[in-house]
Amino acid sequence: MSTATTEHHDHHDDHGPAYGWKRWLFTTNHKDIGTLYLLFSLVMFFIGGGMALIIRAELWQPGLQIVDPLFFNSMTTMHALVMIFGVVMPAFVGLANWMIPMMIGGPDMALPRLNNWSFWIMPFAFLLLLSTLFMEGGGPAGGWTLYAPLSLQGGDSFAFVIFSIHFMGISSVMGSINIVATIFNMRAPGMTLMKMPLFVWTWLITAYLLIAVIPVLAGAVTMLLTDRYFGTSFFSAAGGGDPVMYQHIFWFFGHPEVYILILPAFGIMSSIIPTFARKPLFGYASMVYATASIAFLSFIVWAHHMFTVGMPLAGEMFFMFATMMISVPTGVKVFNWMATMWRGSMTFETPMLFAIGFLVMFTIGGLSGLMLAITPADIQYHDTYFVVAHFHYVLVPGAIYSIMAATYYWIPKWTGNMYDEKLGKIHFWISTIFLNVLFFPMHFVGLAGMPRRIPDYSLQFADWNMVASIGAFGFGFSQLIFAYVVIKCMKGGEKATDEVWEGADGLEWTVASPAPYHTFETPPTIK
Amino acid sequence: MRSTFCAVVSRLCWLTVLLPGSKAFADINMPVGVTPISKEVYGLHMLIFWICCVIGAAVFAVMFYSIFKHRKSKGHKPADFHESTTVEILWTAVPLVILVSMAIPAAKTLIAMEDTSNADLTIKVTGYQWKWHYEYLDSGVNFFSSLAAEHNEARQVDSGIDVSTIDNYLKEVDNPLVVPVGKKIRFLHTAADVIHSWWVPDLAVKKDAIPGFINENWALIEEPGIYRGKCTELCGRDHGFMPVVVKAVPEDEYLAWVAEQSGAGEEAETVADGDAAEEDTDREWAMDELLARGEKVYTANCVACHQAGGQGVPGAFPAITGSPVAIGDVDKHIEVVYEGVAGSAMASFAAQLSDADMAAVLTYQRNALGNSVGDTIQPSAIKALR
Repeated sequence: MSTATTEHHDHHDDHGPAYGWKRWLFTTNHKDIGTLYLLFSLVMFFIGGGMALIIRAELWQPGLQIVDPLFFNSMTTMHALVMIFGVVMPAFVGLANWMIPMMIGGPDMALPRLNNWSFWIMPFAFLLLLSTLFMEGGGPAGGWTLYAPLSLQGGDSFAFVIFSIHFMGISSVMGSINIVATIFNMRAPGMTLMKMPLFVWTWLITAYLLIAVIPVLAGAVTMLLTDRYFGTSFFSAAGGGDPVMYQHIFWFFGHPEVYILILPAFGIMSSIIPTFARKPLFGYASMVYATASIAFLSFIVWAHHMFTVGMPLAGEMFFMFATMMISVPTGVKVFNWMATMWRGSMTFETPMLFAIGFLVMFTIGGLSGLMLAITPADIQYHDTYFVVAHFHYVLVPGAIYSIMAATYYWIPKWTGNMYDEKLGKIHFWISTIFLNVLFFPMHFVGLAGMPRRIPDYSLQFADWNMVASIGAFGFGFSQLIFAYVVIKCMKGGEKATDEVWEGADGLEWTVASPAPYHTFETPPTIK
Repeated sequence: MRSTFCAVVSRLCWLTVLLPGSKAFADINMPVGVTPISKEVYGLHMLIFWICCVIGAAVFAVMFYSIFKHRKSKGHKPADFHESTTVEILWTAVPLVILVSMAIPAAKTLIAMEDTSNADLTIKVTGYQWKWHYEYLDSGVNFFSSLAAEHNEARQVDSGIDVSTIDNYLKEVDNPLVVPVGKKIRFLHTAADVIHSWWVPDLAVKKDAIPGFINENWALIEEPGIYRGKCTELCGRDHGFMPVVVKAVPEDEYLAWVAEQSGAGEEAETVADGDAAEEDTDREWAMDELLARGEKVYTANCVACHQAGGQGVPGAFPAITGSPVAIGDVDKHIEVVYEGVAGSAMASFAAQLSDADMAAVLTYQRNALGNSVGDTIQPSAIKALR
């Protein structure tokens, strides 16, 4: 070895980040990329939330006051696309980036350059998507499911929407490949699969779901694109195609996607609840098997989104029974968390409050999901506000609360500072109250007959819609507290200890707070 | 003492079983409906609802007991258990049993719902952007049904009309579907443009109307009355404004209605070859007459996309004002409206408009909304195309 090389060989422990914007643009560090993903998601959360507030403002009272129905439709469409692809998915990938290497005792993600690329595609994808709102003809207005033939009507912004979905898909698939490669190759010696924290397990399974279904979505939207611009008739009955086939293909992606949005949340709960109950997770192995069962079942229930399209009786039966089955492994998970809390020694810091909020309200959403599985009843519920209430109960206090719980839980490790506990608790309580004011009445109006995706409604729905709109504005603006707490914590605050939480268990709590730029370059010893 | 207890119990039973279906809960619960199927569906809905309530109550009771008792601030020391095969098998098996007990009645109802055999009459329902077309296959009576004019006016942005003054706001149509009570009615569902979904909660009938496909389901209405529903599949800009109104009447009244409808002369709105339609088609119309009628037709059929002032929505729906079609070659203009434009939202209006209506609206588009071509299109010209 020549002297020159020795001199230039930086010792990795001292190799800190570059300075300025180049650090963020060129970074291959899993912690930097995790931060980028999380901040991106926070920004998109406010954009998607703003769209929801436009929807709720129009629905404040009957009659059309504020927006044109076409713009209303593009708001419901974009709100969903932004929240699913721009908020929940990037936030989970961000958490995976930050936590998975530290949880398995690895030095970084397995494919760091791919990691950089999979993040930096996202801002461009969303720039494309959001720019359609300013184009002639407006943004996509056929619902986030882009059902043919409706989605094929409208302006040429359609092509931009399809390309942006392709970009998001490429980003997700690359991120997933990276996560799979990391989990299989970067574990510290002794970190066997059945010793991995559940967050790692749930993400491993989620990554496989993503790799399996994102190409299906890509195929479906590409067929839409060729139907629109190149004269094919995949989904046009007049040309020998089949509009229902689009729905089958879409939901073959769409249903696993639902679990992509919730499995990592299950992993987060399985980290937080034992910490604050000061008791090991109950039924670790059954948690892993339940997650795998849910993932498997998610592939064979897609047509429960389509009980009104006119399937054969046998098909409706199959999808009803398969859907009901999902409540078994999901129930196992809820029961395991309860058993973890049982006879623990609980404290209720903000992460635990959000975790309990998750547990209670996700259960409500799960139970309304069981109601929706009953096909004859679903025919009444389908495409009403009852469905809107259901999936917001599993996505907002489900996915979103898990992300907030994770942020409060791990932010001391990320920044080295404790967040403002008092503000965190205020954020939890205000959010939870308004969230229920917002979404609970939707069950009522849905059952009473209010269809979803309508900009104006009959008078008997007026009272509950006003209540929901009050909840929406309360919930929306209370998220500014969250943004404030996060920014405040990034800037400073009471110094966090390495362990941060009294009952914390796991490798991430063995490194310093804030976590050094490079961790576990020497693999830790796993007991 | 005992009698008080019984009274309380019976009161509670009455509350939980009857009240949710009563008027007091009409605004927050599913309607019981007026068909045997809708009543079964309501029963299933309440059964699964109460099962979920019981499960929820049990789960939350255990959870909150633990939250209040097993907390550090009360000095509770953590236990160390982390598995128990017995309880894990138990809480996998018990839900399974509950699910099976729920699946059996659900499957029975589903089988009954899908049995469309031996219907007494068949009605074909076709979804259009944004109205319904009903065709009684047994008698040939057919007509379009769209949002009532008063409601349509009130629901425009900045209409200046207080919608709370309008009875049944957004739930009224010009021509309701009239059906007999006590008969098994088979509905066939299809669509002319995009996917719609025909829903009447009181009948527990909801089926997607899909272009190129025909779906079917059925209803047997037990009580006369007016039952209102909506389109429940997003179908574009005016998805929220295509209500369904079903008027169920005794059979003799229904038969009289059918006779009246299929009798001569009553229907200028349809393409049925009645005398009046014949007369409208054959005579020469004056410009003023065409414009007056054309404005009405335009308001009912064109404004949703092309807008009241004819300016369209740039990029999505072309303008009429100054449009190369509307001020250009008259045959091309007729072709666009008569046949529609493939691959766009512009539907064929051949079946939707009578000869006179189509001639009037074409003339209106060419000589109003800022256009002034100066020519008239006569109903006879449209008739020649058919």
